[in-house]
Amino acid sequence: MINLSRRKLIVSGLATTAGASGLVVAARLAQKYGLIPPDHGGIFGLGETLTYASQRLLTRHSMAREFPRDRISPRPFPNELDPPTGEFKHHQALGFADWRLSVDGMVYQPASFSLADLKGCPSRSYITELACEEGWSYIAEWTGVPLSHVLHLAGAHPQARYVVYTSMEPNTWDSIDMADALHPQTLLCYGMNGSELPVPHGGPLRMRVPRQCGYKSLKFITRLTVTDSLKRFGNGCGSVACQYGYAWYAGI
Amino acid sequence: MATSESPRLPAEASLPSRVSAAPVAKPAPRHSALVRVTHWITALSFFALLVSGIEIVISHPRFYWGETGTVLTTPLFRLPIPSSRRLVPTGYNYVLPDQNGWSRALHFEAAWVAVLTGLLYLIFGLVTRHFRKDLVPSRADLSWRSLLTSFVKPLRFKRPGPEEASSYNGLQRLTYLFVIFVLFPLVIWSGLAMSLAFASAFPWSVTLLGGRQSARTIHFFVSVALVLFLFVHVLMVCLAGFWSRTGAMITGRAGTPKERT
Repeated sequence: MINLSRRKLIVSGLATTAGASGLVVAARLAQKYGLIPPDHGGIFGLGETLTYASQRLLTRHSMAREFPRDRISPRPFPNELDPPTGEFKHHQALGFADWRLSVDGMVYQPASFSLADLKGCPSRSYITELACEEGWSYIAEWTGVPLSHVLHLAGAHPQARYVVYTSMEPNTWDSIDMADALHPQTLLCYGMNGSELPVPHGGPLRMRVPRQCGYKSLKFITRLTVTDSLKRFGNGCGSVACQYGYAWYAGI
Repeated sequence: MATSESPRLPAEASLPSRVSAAPVAKPAPRHSALVRVTHWITALSFFALLVSGIEIVISHPRFYWGETGTVLTTPLFRLPIPSSRRLVPTGYNYVLPDQNGWSRALHFEAAWVAVLTGLLYLIFGLVTRHFRKDLVPSRADLSWRSLLTSFVKPLRFKRPGPEEASSYNGLQRLTYLFVIFVLFPLVIWSGLAMSLAFASAFPWSVTLLGGRQSARTIHFFVSVALVLFLFVHVLMVCLAGFWSRTGAMITGRAGTPKERT
């Protein structure tokens, strides 16, 4: 028979109640402050949520590491690409003169930008590292217009919580939260190491999210959709990659 | 837990039971309940970290020193294994299936479990003086003769004597302290340094290790060291008596199962 004293019973009862209500309060607060990732379900949901919540609390305003010019990698590795579609080849033949970036969703003025429009916006250059989830990495100078500027031009609603971005590659889209979307180093990138962004690196237009793994920096961006929920997109977990088991948040 | 005196004391020396109905005092457990629970949680998460870590390495079995490194640069060394990525030159004419999605998710979830368990163990160890009582070696433990004996004895496949069933020798104490206070912190640090977001908040965590790729290489070598420790650890358990030692880590009671029944 277990020797259970009254004091032990009261103490453990109180501890259990406090722990349970603590968890409920924590979950409410996490939801309120946007600390729950869209892929919080399933057996890895707890780990994803802990990682996302703790890194968001630590890094809402932190800047990705930047490097001096002499540390730019001489041979940046563009990684594997699917063969280009007919549509892409068509754009490439025209020198991307007809390439458009459309902005829709929760914006006051849905808009469409040509590459010339984007290059006319105030540009930013950052020498940051692109690191792949596989383990390799290189440093390059990335030039483009801050995503926050384009969102400002289109007038993103204050209730917006995510930006979904779509590639010209078939069935390729991803999303980031506003902390990354409004981050000064997050670029709609059209230049690399002082020249046009090469096609193997995502030219003419790629997303650069330097505080997350390379797979969040989609190539060939054609569309931005501002939203307050990712439930309506794909299977609701925020990206195509997550259908293959890859985390939506890739800060680690 | 707090009332259990030094585990070196024989059973008779422990405090008499408060319950008068039980005539024989219970001996102090070989391992306290918290040590046992955290041991097995750590073992389980270490296994998950190992399997998922190997899967992740397979996607790029090349290691570099410094900040950067890709298949276009010269590696420090490469593992002679096939890869799950077509563009990694391995010498094998086949590509393994990509397992990185669940491997990364499992790796980070298991890391959370391991780190939180480790923190609990650390606080417990400090509060109950577990480190000082059970792991910090005495001066006598640290003599060269005693350390050498502890090293050579298992090499001759000599079973430890009964006096070693209730406590650790100097070499074991030093090894456990090294694993707990050097290898575990280093593997956590080098792992976190590979997180782009963590590095943005704490850039020194990467620069102190010599760069992102150095952090990855250190993470690999510390993991190898931990696997070596695990190997020797299990070997020593087998040598000392697998069932009695494993039983002690499960039930807390030392001695062979025969003695207990």
